[in-house]
Amino acid sequence: MDHQSDTFPKLLSENSQRFANKVAMRQKDYGIWQSWTWAQMRDEVFALANGLAALGFQRGDKLAIVGTNRPRLYWGICAAQCLGGIPVPVYQDSVADEMQYVLEHAEAKFVIAEDQEQVDKMLEIQDRCPNMHHIVYDDPRGMRSYQHDHLHDFVDVQALGREFAQKNPEYLTQVIAQGQGSDISIFLYTSGTTGKPKGVVMTYDNIILTARNSVDFDHLTSSEEVLSYLPMAWVGDHIFSYGQAYVAGFCINCPESEATIPTDLREIGPTYYFAPPRVFENILTTVTIRMHDAGKLKQRMYNYFMGVARKTGVQLLNGESVGFQDKLLYSLGNLLVYAPLKNTMGFSRIRLAYTAGEAIGPEIFDFFRSLGINVKQLYGQTEAAVFITMQPDGQIFADTVGIPAPGVDVKIADNGEVLYRGPGVFHSYFKNEQSTRETKNEEGWVYTGDAGYFAENGHLKIIDRIKDVGRFNDGSMFAPKYIENKLKFFPHIKEAVAFGHEKDYCTAFINIDLEAVGNWAERNNVAYASYQELAGNPQVYQMMLKSLEEVNRSLAADKLLSNSQIHRFLILHKELDPDDGELTRTRKVRRRIIAEKYGVLIDALYNGAKECFIRTEVTFEDGRKGAIEANLNIADVPTFAAVKEAA
Amino acid sequence: MTELNQDGRKIGDTLLEVKNITLSFGGVKALTDISFDIKEGEIRALIGPNGAGKSSMLNVISGFYHPQQGEVWFRGQKRGSMRPYEVARQGVARTFQNIALFKGMSTLDNLMTGRITQMNTNIFWQALWKGPAEREEIAHRERVEHIIDFLGIQAIRKTPVGRLPYGLQKRVELGRALAAESKLLLLDEPMAGMNLEEKEDMCRFILDVNDEFGTTVALIEHDMGVVMDLSDRVVVLDYGRKLADGTPDEVRNDPAVIKAYLGGAHA
Repeated sequence: MDHQSDTFPKLLSENSQRFANKVAMRQKDYGIWQSWTWAQMRDEVFALANGLAALGFQRGDKLAIVGTNRPRLYWGICAAQCLGGIPVPVYQDSVADEMQYVLEHAEAKFVIAEDQEQVDKMLEIQDRCPNMHHIVYDDPRGMRSYQHDHLHDFVDVQALGREFAQKNPEYLTQVIAQGQGSDISIFLYTSGTTGKPKGVVMTYDNIILTARNSVDFDHLTSSEEVLSYLPMAWVGDHIFSYGQAYVAGFCINCPESEATIPTDLREIGPTYYFAPPRVFENILTTVTIRMHDAGKLKQRMYNYFMGVARKTGVQLLNGESVGFQDKLLYSLGNLLVYAPLKNTMGFSRIRLAYTAGEAIGPEIFDFFRSLGINVKQLYGQTEAAVFITMQPDGQIFADTVGIPAPGVDVKIADNGEVLYRGPGVFHSYFKNEQSTRETKNEEGWVYTGDAGYFAENGHLKIIDRIKDVGRFNDGSMFAPKYIENKLKFFPHIKEAVAFGHEKDYCTAFINIDLEAVGNWAERNNVAYASYQELAGNPQVYQMMLKSLEEVNRSLAADKLLSNSQIHRFLILHKELDPDDGELTRTRKVRRRIIAEKYGVLIDALYNGAKECFIRTEVTFEDGRKGAIEANLNIADVPTFAAVKEAA
Repeated sequence: MTELNQDGRKIGDTLLEVKNITLSFGGVKALTDISFDIKEGEIRALIGPNGAGKSSMLNVISGFYHPQQGEVWFRGQKRGSMRPYEVARQGVARTFQNIALFKGMSTLDNLMTGRITQMNTNIFWQALWKGPAEREEIAHRERVEHIIDFLGIQAIRKTPVGRLPYGLQKRVELGRALAAESKLLLLDEPMAGMNLEEKEDMCRFILDVNDEFGTTVALIEHDMGVVMDLSDRVVVLDYGRKLADGTPDEVRNDPAVIKAYLGGAHA
């Protein structure tokens, strides 16, 4: 490429000339999409950077970013980078204590907080974070009566910056020029599935080279539109809404509020979209439920044409040829069903969508692909700046995650662990040399901690976390996540936890999906007053039993995993929740905590009991604690003899 | 005289004063010789057992009922006999005990109706929707969008209010009253029928309205916890008479009030 800016501030300057009048960012505010061109965005960022400099921000200082996806918080990232500082985005829904750990560990000196709620958290932990000097807030609502010694309104800081720039017109240009590709660009804290979160140190080269490679791989252009709605602290958002946006020069759109995301998605109609499998799952669930309520004619049309799509849609998307009649039928279906449906979902203009983080159910995957939505999978992690493997167009399979991303080498260790190295490989873990050495060896290979293998077509298949892969007492393999994923593919199961390591057989906890099961209850006149009551309903148990039986049947057919059939299960009385520490913020199951907290229940699954009493402490959204009690039923599931290998 | 209440908000001069109000319907005396005042910037609560005359009092202030005796003074002027819309034009907005929104209209349109007292163009201009009417509507829409943002109801902007849950409808109704940009906001049981979370939200909004816009609030409420936390001063009515008037602490310890609420003198 001819333009080789090696830091984001340099890219911003470059883009503000290349794409001066092209919209770089939008946010819906007061009911209208407000927009900023690249040139306007540069002015905003520079004013903020100068303002921070005026407040005493030095090279190497850390700026914490606390809030949802808002233009001003994205500007904060670049402003810190302009000054040679390091932005540290934080998961905004963390409680104050969790934030304290990250802010203290990162030695954050400045904070940009979204609103009063986040400022309150900062003030609560201020005493325990001696490094924290200045807090800048975006939304001034409710802030009038606060003491403003170290608290600054965002616009005031920018005004201060414009004043500073008049007195020191060359300052910012000079500090930006000092930055280079090998400098540290950002700390991205892991969600902390195991123990405390780790600060992943990334360089500009990590992010920018990876972003360039992936932009080329998928032919992304400056005309893409992206909706930024995933946490800014997550590496995915940093790549999709920041790295790639700066490299390709496309536009990112910030939703009005969390509740309006579906409406905003429809209004923007992104061309490039990322969502974890859960989101696709929810969309499909909603569509299915709403189709149940539709008129007879619409239902019949939907069912008929979805049949057509299932038959030919995927082939058409992969560019394979189908018969003339099928093609004609599909076009008719597109006119009558697919296009209106895609419009409702906000996918009218979509060119490319990615999903990652968890396995996606084949049915869900095919549903979207058959509608002509190019959903692909990738496999990645924070330490790789996302991309390890990606699916090239036309080679899409539901059960594998693609071929190594451009510039990335992948190999499988003897114990089955997936290893990679490439341009995105992280610099280090902040203040944690030991972990750095354990994760990244001298040759630059990074241990992913995932067990997997290459399928015959050269695509990688991931089974489970390597440390979670256990053994039954008879020595056969137990891969809990594989089983849980199979369960979670059912729309009425939201979460599942499988047990079996060093046990005789496999058992499971189930979380029902309140939306799906609640809807079913409404249709079938099943009265319930709470989640707990619905979860304990015998008919719901019957429904789950049927799904588990189906899972067992499919496991019986797998010669490696036929021992993993689920013998007994129970439905939990409460939803597993990140606030209670049972899931990570990215909603991955924390096995150790669950095993501790629900030990009694696990024992009951193995001692033949028919029911079990449990009292659990819960944390409400405002941080208060309470307790719920329940008597849970335990049900047995029929199992099947392992299917003999076909001749 | 300007004084500060415990939160540091400014309490100004008397905004509204009712003097010796007596209201009767035929032989039934709803209100007997009631006098009290509401000062600028304060949150004033009206409490009392069922049938004490709280809503009647509010209706007198909003101009819906006309008392047989007594005077209402608003912003230093004695008010003659006025129709409710004239009172509204003077700067008094209200919400109702039973939600009185236009159910078939969207949240946005309901809030826009709150701006009616501020509209200057006539029906013909508005029908044409050109020139001044268009400019005016844009200005009003902007104001309404600020209220939508303030109340955090962006997601239901275009939803017909009839489809909304009760707690949200109450919030929309508050929004409509706010849209009128009144001096005095009358809230008739703003928390009735709400769950704890909705109540907390509503309290927050009332405090914020008072704080951010400096709006004077007079509210009727049954939830004593809410009243005691929110209000600067409380008037207690019972059987159409004023029983007590003072700060929450004074009122709480008043023997007559305790008797009316707990004594069961007329259970």
